[in-house]
Parts: sequence; C-alpha cells; structure tokens
Amino acid sequence: MIPAPFDYKRATSAAEAISLVGQYGDDAKFLAGGHSLLPLMKLRLAQPAVLVDIARLQDLSYIRDAGDHIAIGALTRHMDVEKSPILAEHAPLLAFAASHVGDPQVRHRGTIGGSIAHADSASDLPATTLALGATYVAQGPNGTREIAATDFYTGFLESALAPDEMLTEIRVPKMNGATWGFQKFNRRAQDWAIVGVAAWKRGTESGVALVNMGSVPILATSVATAIAGGASIADASKLAAAEAEPQSDLNASAEYRVHLSQVLVRRALESSSH
Amino acid sequence: MKVSITVNGTTREDDVEPRTLLVQYVRETLGLTGTNIGCDTSSCGACSLHLNGESVKSCTVLAVQADGGSVTTIEGLAQNGEMHPMQKAFMENHGLQCGYCTPGMVMASIGLLNENPNPTEDEVRLGLEGNLCRCTGYHNIVKSVLACANATK
Repeated sequence: MIPAPFDYKRATSAAEAISLVGQYGDDAKFLAGGHSLLPLMKLRLAQPAVLVDIARLQDLSYIRDAGDHIAIGALTRHMDVEKSPILAEHAPLLAFAASHVGDPQVRHRGTIGGSIAHADSASDLPATTLALGATYVAQGPNGTREIAATDFYTGFLESALAPDEMLTEIRVPKMNGATWGFQKFNRRAQDWAIVGVAAWKRGTESGVALVNMGSVPILATSVATAIAGGASIADASKLAAAEAEPQSDLNASAEYRVHLSQVLVRRALESSSH
Repeated sequence: MKVSITVNGTTREDDVEPRTLLVQYVRETLGLTGTNIGCDTSSCGACSLHLNGESVKSCTVLAVQADGGSVTTIEGLAQNGEMHPMQKAFMENHGLQCGYCTPGMVMASIGLLNENPNPTEDEVRLGLEGNLCRCTGYHNIVKSVLACANATK
C-alpha cells in the first residue's frame, strides 16, 4: 500500500512549520517519525494534501532536568526516552513505558510528541504521561501555551491542539522516589495493549491512568482518591474502571476489559519497582 | 522531489514522488530486491534495513525522509565476497527455513548487536520482537544471533 499523493514540505524551524501548516489549514499535517500517521495514510484513513516534515528540527529532540520536572522535546524518539539516564533517575515509569512501544525498529523512528499529538487512547505514552501529571507545551502562530495532560485528550484521536499548533515539549514532574508499575496486557509481542496501566504511588499520593479503556486515555481518579483516603491497594483497584468507557472489539469484551483493568491496576500499584 | 541517499556506500540521486516508500525506492528504483515486503503495515519486519546505522521498517518510512541519509540493505553486507558474520551465523545455525523473513531478520539482528553486543537469549528474543517468522523458526534464529555475538566478541 502506498499513501495517496500529497505535497511534501520540509520545515527548517518550528516557526516555519507552523506557518506552513497554517497556510494549508486542515489539509496539512505535521510529519515527525511518521509511525502513527503513515500507516493511517496507507489505509486512506487519513489523506492530508500536504505533509510538513518536522523530523529534522533537531533542537526539539532533548531530555533536560528542569528542576521540579524533566523537559522532553517533542521530537525525542521512543528509543531515546527508553535509554535516557535522566529519565531512569527521575521518571523511570516513562522510560519503561517507552521501552514497550511497538518494537525496536518502531522506537528508532517514532517520537514521544508524535505519539501524544496522535492522541490514541490505545498508545502507551498518552496514558503514562497523564498518570504522571504531565504538562504539554504547544507552539502556535501567536506563541506558546501550556496544556495540562488532563485537558489535552478531547475525543478519539482528538486533542486540544489547534490545527496550526505544534506540540513542542512534554514536561513530566519528577517522581521523587515514588514506586511505580506499568502493565501492558496483549496477546502477541509488539501489539497494542488490550488494556494497559501506568501507575505510581508515594505514600497516600498516587496517579493511575489506563490505556485502551475508552476513546481517550483515562485518568483513574477514583483509585487515587481511595488510596488518599486510606483504602488498601486491593480495595482501591476495584474502582479502576469507574471513569472508563471501554469498548468491545475482536480482542476483548467491555466486561473483560473492566476485569483486566482492576487486576492490572492492582499489579501496577503493588509493584515496588515495576 | 530530488533525493540524495547513500545506499550500500554509493550515493544515489533520484527524483521520487513524496509518497514513495523507502522499501519501494530500494526495490523498484534501485532494483535491490533483497529487502522483502511482507505485511506492509510495520508489523512483520521483513522490510527491515538500516537507516543511518539503525534498523527501521522501510515500509513505514518515506524515501524523502531518508534524503541525505545512509541506507544499508542486505545486499550491502558482504564485503569482497565475504559474508557478514551475521549472515554466516544464520547459515551455520540454519537460522532460516523458507527465507522470506531472513533479510529483515539479519538486518534487525545486526542492529540489535550494535546496540547490545552481548545479549542474553531473552534480550535477543525481545530485540527481535518486531520481526515475524511464519515458519516458526525462532529457535535457530536466536541461536544464530547468539553465535554471532560469541564469534565477534
């Protein structure tokens, strides 16, 4: 399969990329690693008339210690997130989740910003950054703004990004010694999660988010509230699906997904490391 | 669009449509048909080759994305008639049955050892999770990669 014809523009700066996409409006898409977009284009599920290639904007590929959080450039590849010593120290949950995206070849190309901007509830990193209380930075024609992960995911493959806004940075609060777990349940290596869970806990504070349990990544606030109120992990985990709206598909019924989410949340929270 | 891509050490300049996939470019424009197309959906890994020294699935990379870069395909491994140590290891350990996945397996395996020269068996299996063998020949493939790692220590 070959994508339908499109025009290809290569941006040399974020500002140029935003201006190019602004010119073409809804007909244009940013192209980073292309590992979410190109498969959709081959299947004709997306048919942008113009691709604006931002993959060469090397100044958007970085992982920096920024005091209370780690700043990650949107064009940082999954492989670089996975292997980052800074993330291993301060946000190991994110590095571990990145190591479960696709397979090595995919992680050599796919980027954290691309995955988040694609806003697929079945992807690992949207839910993981949501669990960690991340903030995303978007750049548009009129400057930059911060968007909390909790406000970002607005619908199936839809986000709060305007068409001419580009995700430029992901800010992940340091985990400060929290225990954490990442659980990805699938039938075959490299598949999407049938259900996935990213969770951390530090005393009575916690963050839990679910992969593939609705049209958007789900923050399981009922679990965190129960733990804050002194509930055991076993009891709190029973509330895993309180905020979720799972679908039935080939792989699992909605009821089975609810069951899985409860089991996986418990396992993720009980992990001492992962 | 004009692209300049160094393939197996030779710089090629070609005019390609933006939608041309890298795998199509190497197979159809350059005639390097050693790289196979399997699933065409970035699942099976048959089209794996190296772009700038790292394994990628060339069915999910546009030729224009590789512009200015360096590509190595299975045809570029042998030097002066001598097979690459990984090719030798696959041959000696019978790391193939029908052979369809083999070019991709070899390219992914070389990429794996570049990043982790002394992998455990588990690390080899995990490192090759992006490559499917429908003859279910994984046992000897893993054996081949471990043999190559040992031979080149």
